[in-house]
Amino acid sequence: MTMLSIIQTAYLLAALLFILALAGLSRHESAKMGNLAGMVGMTIAGAATVAYALDTSQRGMLLTTVLLFVPLLVGSAIGLWRALRVEMTGMPELIAMLHSFVGLAAVLVGFGSYLDAGTNDVAHLVEVGLGVLIGAYTFTGSVVAFGKLSGRMASKPLMLPQRNLLNLAMLLLALACCAWFAVSPTIWALVLVAALGFALGFHMVASIGGGDMPVVVSMLNSYSGWAAAAAGFMLGNDLLIITGALVGSSGAILSYIMCKAMNRSFISVILGGFGEGAGAGGGEARDYGEHREAQADEVARLLGEAKSVVITPGYGMAVAQAQYPVAELTRTLRTRGVKVRFGIHPVAGRLPGHMNVLLAEAKVPYDIVLEMDEINDDFDDTDVVLVIGANDTVNPAALDEPGSPIAGMPVLEVWKAGTVVVFKRSMNPGYAGVQNPLFFKENTVMLFGDAKQRVQDIIASL
Amino acid sequence: MLIGVPLETRPSQTRVAATPTTTAQLLRLGYEVVVQSGAGLRSDFRDEAYLEAGAHICSAEEAWSADVVFTCDPPTPAEVARMRRGAMLVSMLDPQGRPELVQALADAGITAMSLDAVPRISRAQSLDVLSSMANIAGYRAVIEAAEEFGGVFNGQVTAAGKMPPAKVFVAGAGVAGLAAIGTAGALGAQVRAFDVRPEVGEQIESMGAEFVEVGAADTEVSSDGYAKEMSQDQAALAAQMYAVEAAAADIVITTAQIRGRPAPRLLTADMIAAMKPGSVIIDMAASTGGNTELTVADQRVVTDNGVTILGWSDLAARLPRQASQLFGTNLVNLMKLITPEKDGQPVLDFDDEVVRAMTVSHQGSVLWPPPPVKVSAAPALPPPEIAPVKPAVDPAVLAKRTQQRTLYSVGLGLVLFAVLGSFMPAALLTHFMVLMLAIVVGYYVISNVSHALHTPLMAETNAISGIIMVGALLQVGSSNLAVTVLAMVAVLIASINVAGGFVVTRKMLVMFRRD
Repeated sequence: MTMLSIIQTAYLLAALLFILALAGLSRHESAKMGNLAGMVGMTIAGAATVAYALDTSQRGMLLTTVLLFVPLLVGSAIGLWRALRVEMTGMPELIAMLHSFVGLAAVLVGFGSYLDAGTNDVAHLVEVGLGVLIGAYTFTGSVVAFGKLSGRMASKPLMLPQRNLLNLAMLLLALACCAWFAVSPTIWALVLVAALGFALGFHMVASIGGGDMPVVVSMLNSYSGWAAAAAGFMLGNDLLIITGALVGSSGAILSYIMCKAMNRSFISVILGGFGEGAGAGGGEARDYGEHREAQADEVARLLGEAKSVVITPGYGMAVAQAQYPVAELTRTLRTRGVKVRFGIHPVAGRLPGHMNVLLAEAKVPYDIVLEMDEINDDFDDTDVVLVIGANDTVNPAALDEPGSPIAGMPVLEVWKAGTVVVFKRSMNPGYAGVQNPLFFKENTVMLFGDAKQRVQDIIASL
Repeated sequence: MLIGVPLETRPSQTRVAATPTTTAQLLRLGYEVVVQSGAGLRSDFRDEAYLEAGAHICSAEEAWSADVVFTCDPPTPAEVARMRRGAMLVSMLDPQGRPELVQALADAGITAMSLDAVPRISRAQSLDVLSSMANIAGYRAVIEAAEEFGGVFNGQVTAAGKMPPAKVFVAGAGVAGLAAIGTAGALGAQVRAFDVRPEVGEQIESMGAEFVEVGAADTEVSSDGYAKEMSQDQAALAAQMYAVEAAAADIVITTAQIRGRPAPRLLTADMIAAMKPGSVIIDMAASTGGNTELTVADQRVVTDNGVTILGWSDLAARLPRQASQLFGTNLVNLMKLITPEKDGQPVLDFDDEVVRAMTVSHQGSVLWPPPPVKVSAAPALPPPEIAPVKPAVDPAVLAKRTQQRTLYSVGLGLVLFAVLGSFMPAALLTHFMVLMLAIVVGYYVISNVSHALHTPLMAETNAISGIIMVGALLQVGSSNLAVTVLAMVAVLIASINVAGGFVVTRKMLVMFRRD
């Protein structure tokens, strides 16, 4: 029994537990067990590593202990504090922020690995270079995504001329610097690689609009995984490689699902620029006629007479913090024997599954929260649909108008229901900048104002 | 307004244009409904049931003099005379085949809407009577065939020997054909089917039947949803196919109809003579002349070689209760379309292509035929004169090409990796193996995660990607001060990730609950 085999066994167990953690998330019932498995895995890996680090330290046991535990405890405290304080609506920002930390850690570990190693062979140098590049990209990309999601940066895409050429040039230059670094290792080459990575991450995410942030966040999730995997290569650590690959493929699959849900090509989202198509189509403003406005008490009466109600929430519900009143409305209607269900579009919100989390927070049972494909056929038999803060995801133009920038995107076909009530602050178009003909349909009524306030009004009238 | 539902006068007509269920739906649209006494009897709907649903029971006179009259059969001249001027008639009028009836209705000042003139577009499907009737007729065709056929449908192996499954061939995969395929398949038969429109091959296969292809069949993309007549060469090839399929089949169900023309002859007397004794042919096109040479409408014909040919034209009406219910629902959907305000006042919007196509007479003038409705996504290509075969349209070829492309790119990738790999140090390759395996595991594990849990998934992956801390922890003990400082910062931020990620995941998961 050597120290090394104990460590390797611990890593093996941790890797298995991480896989179990993700597998557990496939069902609600096993999800909590999965999270527990993840925590246990992390503890095992951490404890084994700390023991090994103390054993091999070149600075003496006591000093190393202090140096290890001070940042560890401070970091954990900060993490706990952020996690306990976060609002469910602020989840996208938190997740983007956490991605940036992984990226930054990868950069630091890369530099450390270069400085620490006595001999640097070419393979190791290439690994360090790539690890730093991916980490740097992830870091600034996530910071920009965080800025856009939290409103600290304008969500409008940054449109520099020749931006694709610029990106390509930066990427090639960064790879060239990697090669330079591998051939003649100097710290300046590595700094240059990091700087180019930072610039590339900043520019690429800055030129993607706020509406595409769900894809970007899942993409950065993927990159943070690859950054960890790259760190695994440079340190020769299989646990890092396995975990990085798991996270990397997770993010990649999520981005792919989101892109499919928006009928967008993955490549074009990554390269930025949703505005291009809209610029041509947006010029011809179409006249859809007049919209009708309703008051809360009329909507309450409609709901009182309805047998089946579907609620389709969007990001607007999160912004207005309306999930609690919506849940209360749901309970009120259900005790009256009304069949209430939720229809969630795959890209509703700013994160995959964002709406589900918000509704769960407000204690809406998850078995009445359905996916788009599960509910789309049922709108014909639905008396009232409440569209709360959703716009592009319920836009019939996606199906009817081939010239529309969102043409071909699958949408919730709410207009087939008896009456559609749209909760909206004003008649402004949604994130995609496309006017929504739904608002002008004969069976649609608009309920203007703050969604939270309006839902409370309805509950009061009921 | 008042809707009248008279008793159908043709003795063999078993359906009724409104059932108690649809009556209630019509009342909800703001209409009043009167039903002639006994109108629903042949579909097992009694007068009391209509009364209960909110209709009034009335005489024939009252039913015909209502503001809107619903019937299944087209009215006789005497019945037209009973209607009020300006009233509305909704029925199956066959405007193509009976222009004199349409003229008479126009002369009588009646607004007539023909249910068999519904354009075949998705939006109009809910009021397409031809589809709904064809669906149950297709079902009934199989049931009729089962009664005539002297064998079982599902193959079985029993102690008394093996029973082969019945072989069913369905010609024409419209609504009726698809329904017949589904029913025959459900009974356990082996089903093969053919249609001149290659694009329905996929639908045939989706119903569990095998799609029979004709050699070099011309691709015929229909623009209005109906099949067209075939060209000469095609016809010869198709005839050959029909002869082979019919001879092999125990049961042949033909459903080929061309709107406004006699049904195409699919099976000649020779082909039928070559069929096995005891075979059954159900000709669903008997009323428009039949798909076989020997069909007699509404007759059971047995040929010299013992093949039974059934020419029932009332297959849907043999399931009167269900047929009436579907027919009635189609009518309710029509009224929904033309009563947007739900106030019992029909509004004919001629800008709506569905309403325009169905209205054959209005305010004294004949509105048939309507302007053509083109809706199928088929591009308006010029007819292929030089190149008769268009392989690009064939989905099978396309799929094959994609498959080949995938194969080549995978092969190329493998070769590339083999070349690169042979220059790498062995230790690195071990790591690569781990990476690849982990990606594969990740792919399958993540694909199973339900959509509702995607946000917790991201938080969880965030937490575990904090594992990068492991690398930093090992660097802290380095004798190089810069490395120690860098590593400490890395440990600090990675531990934010670990703690924050796990706790926030837990926080979210606790919230998800079932009722």
